[in-house]
Amino acid sequence: MRFPDLDWLPRNPAWTDDFKAATSHGKPDIGELQRLANHCLDFLKTNRFGNYLARAFDGTPDGLSARPVRLALLGSSTLDYLQPAIRVAALRRLAWITTYAGGYNQYRQELGDPPEELRRFAPDMVVLAIHAEELLGSEGDVGLSAEAAAAKVEAAVGALRRVWRDARQDLGARIIQQTFLPTPLSLLGSNEHRLPGSPQRLVAALNERLRDAAAEDDVDLLAIDDAVRTDGLDAWHDRALWLRAKQQISPAAAPMYGELAARIVAARLGRSAKCLVLDLDNTIWGGVIGDDGLDGILLGEGSAGGEAFGSFQRYAKSLSQRGIILAVCSKNDEENAWLPFDEHPEMVLKRSDIACLVANWEDKPANLRRIARSLNIGLDSLVFADDNPFERELVRRELPMVAVPELPDDPALYAAALARAGYFEAVAVTDDDLRRSGLYQENRKREELLASTTDLGSYLRSLSMELRWSHFTRIDLKRVTQLINKSNQFNLTTRRLAEEEVADAAADSECLTLQLRLVDRLGDNGIIGVVIARQVPASAAMHVELWLMSCRVLGRQVEAATLNLLADLARRRSAKRLIGTYIPTAKNGMVRDHYRKLGFTEGDVAAGGATTWTLDLDTFKPIATEIELREAAPSKAAALSKA
Amino acid sequence: MGSEEILAQLTDIVREVLEDETLVLRPDMTAEDVPGWDSMAHINIIVASEIQFGIKFRAAETEELRDVGGFVELIEAKLP
Repeated sequence: MRFPDLDWLPRNPAWTDDFKAATSHGKPDIGELQRLANHCLDFLKTNRFGNYLARAFDGTPDGLSARPVRLALLGSSTLDYLQPAIRVAALRRLAWITTYAGGYNQYRQELGDPPEELRRFAPDMVVLAIHAEELLGSEGDVGLSAEAAAAKVEAAVGALRRVWRDARQDLGARIIQQTFLPTPLSLLGSNEHRLPGSPQRLVAALNERLRDAAAEDDVDLLAIDDAVRTDGLDAWHDRALWLRAKQQISPAAAPMYGELAARIVAARLGRSAKCLVLDLDNTIWGGVIGDDGLDGILLGEGSAGGEAFGSFQRYAKSLSQRGIILAVCSKNDEENAWLPFDEHPEMVLKRSDIACLVANWEDKPANLRRIARSLNIGLDSLVFADDNPFERELVRRELPMVAVPELPDDPALYAAALARAGYFEAVAVTDDDLRRSGLYQENRKREELLASTTDLGSYLRSLSMELRWSHFTRIDLKRVTQLINKSNQFNLTTRRLAEEEVADAAADSECLTLQLRLVDRLGDNGIIGVVIARQVPASAAMHVELWLMSCRVLGRQVEAATLNLLADLARRRSAKRLIGTYIPTAKNGMVRDHYRKLGFTEGDVAAGGATTWTLDLDTFKPIATEIELREAAPSKAAALSKA
Repeated sequence: MGSEEILAQLTDIVREVLEDETLVLRPDMTAEDVPGWDSMAHINIIVASEIQFGIKFRAAETEELRDVGGFVELIEAKLP
């Protein structure tokens, strides 16, 4: 019997003993739980672990990387057995998901008139797991014309959108729509498309049309139809169990289902990985560059072995083109490490694709720390790909927050293993994502310039920086929302907002919204700062509710320039003082003294260590910076707020 | 694989499903004799057995099982 295995995670024959040892006396700490979750577990072990989590933790444990999420599973099949796997998968990424499962085929009632229990649960997100026949009808006329078949699919999508609307209105939840399992059998065969009313074609068309509707309605998809393409339908769906127990998803597939669901939640929380760190020898080429030399390493056309490494490089390159940062961590002399990038004709990856290369003889955990620091991202944003099991294990032991996939023996399968592991799950792609690899290269040029310039002030001056600001605009709404939901370090309050809420703030006359773009002579850094401040009418105080900045532009006086701008705009609105708040999290220690450094006076300390700060605008003098402030040319169509 | 070995492996599966490390299965036991062996647990035991033994049950077979001994016999008959 086949089932989708979590084969990128390490196996541990002694897992049950470890689990018992960890849970027998008192509650284990969150790191221990994360370690237990990061193994290739079958559905029985996953159930046991997930049930334990629900029993042992009434609230949420300490040390999570993101706010806990309440997730309701509603749909047209039996669903409750999927809950434990979702909890365990969340824990793999130090997240916490509390689950609720609706009754068998109760989703219409549950959304039309939510039962008390569901209302009390108050889900942040709802997974809708509906099977296609529920929308299309199980007894259709297979002889439909192409037009009638299209109309049927359109009607099904329309019904689904009404369900989405209900779920939003009644529960205020974000929707994750499960795509439809392609369970209907073919009636013609390879040329099934010549029978538009065939159930197989209708489900395929429904899945296709669903993508457009979900994009229009800002609904995320849980694409089990794509998963089936990799694993096979039988691995996900057991026809006998569907008929007998109304389980659309086979219980053995629950761990993978939990993974897919948790990936989407993590992506929405901004917890997906951001950087792929590659080993070199026997990972992106065959052989050892220091020993075998440029002519001796195995790479590219001409040999099956060499082509396998080439295909892995091409996958890494594609990831980088869609916004994943590439770095290198290798035991090598630095000169040797760069040699193939610069001189080997078959290298797909070039020096310019690598944002950071650390090659020396120190241990890899230390070097991964160095890479994270140099890129200004957290260690939990790193995925480390290394063919050497020793290095993988060492990194897992020392740095449990770094994702370290198992790589198969055959390099031809490296790329597929990495893709399957899903560490880089994303729910949207912005222009900045597509330009990111370029951004990091520009940063490198700035750093090189910095190395040759001793005086920081003159270096900054030489950059001719311009901070282009505007209120939130429609065109940049996605990027602003993405920044709000994924910035962890330079973020004063770590308030997360849905796209609609960001739009609402822009339209709210009490709110002052700012999006900031830093441009210098080396290039455009994109939007790197976001501020939302609120002034209750007739009040002299303006409260800064949200202030965040991309770490890419640390140390470039952007904070001071932003304050100068904010103070100026606040004064124009007759505010007498600015009130700032700092809410500490596990990640934003770097801005603890942000307001102090900018000249604010410290006020009360609230519960949880939050501090408030006041700046008197009557006496405030703009801080000298090397940045020129400039209002971005207003585009009439793009403005979101009042004139 | 003999019936004793099958019973031992089946016991491991049932222990895991029911989260009861001390459970002992005997051939004459029925699901009613084992606390927690409800219809949901039964499905998990069936699916886990299919994976463990590399076999496939027909839907009707798994509902007509009279006792643990019958379950073991069915598995034995299906083993290649």
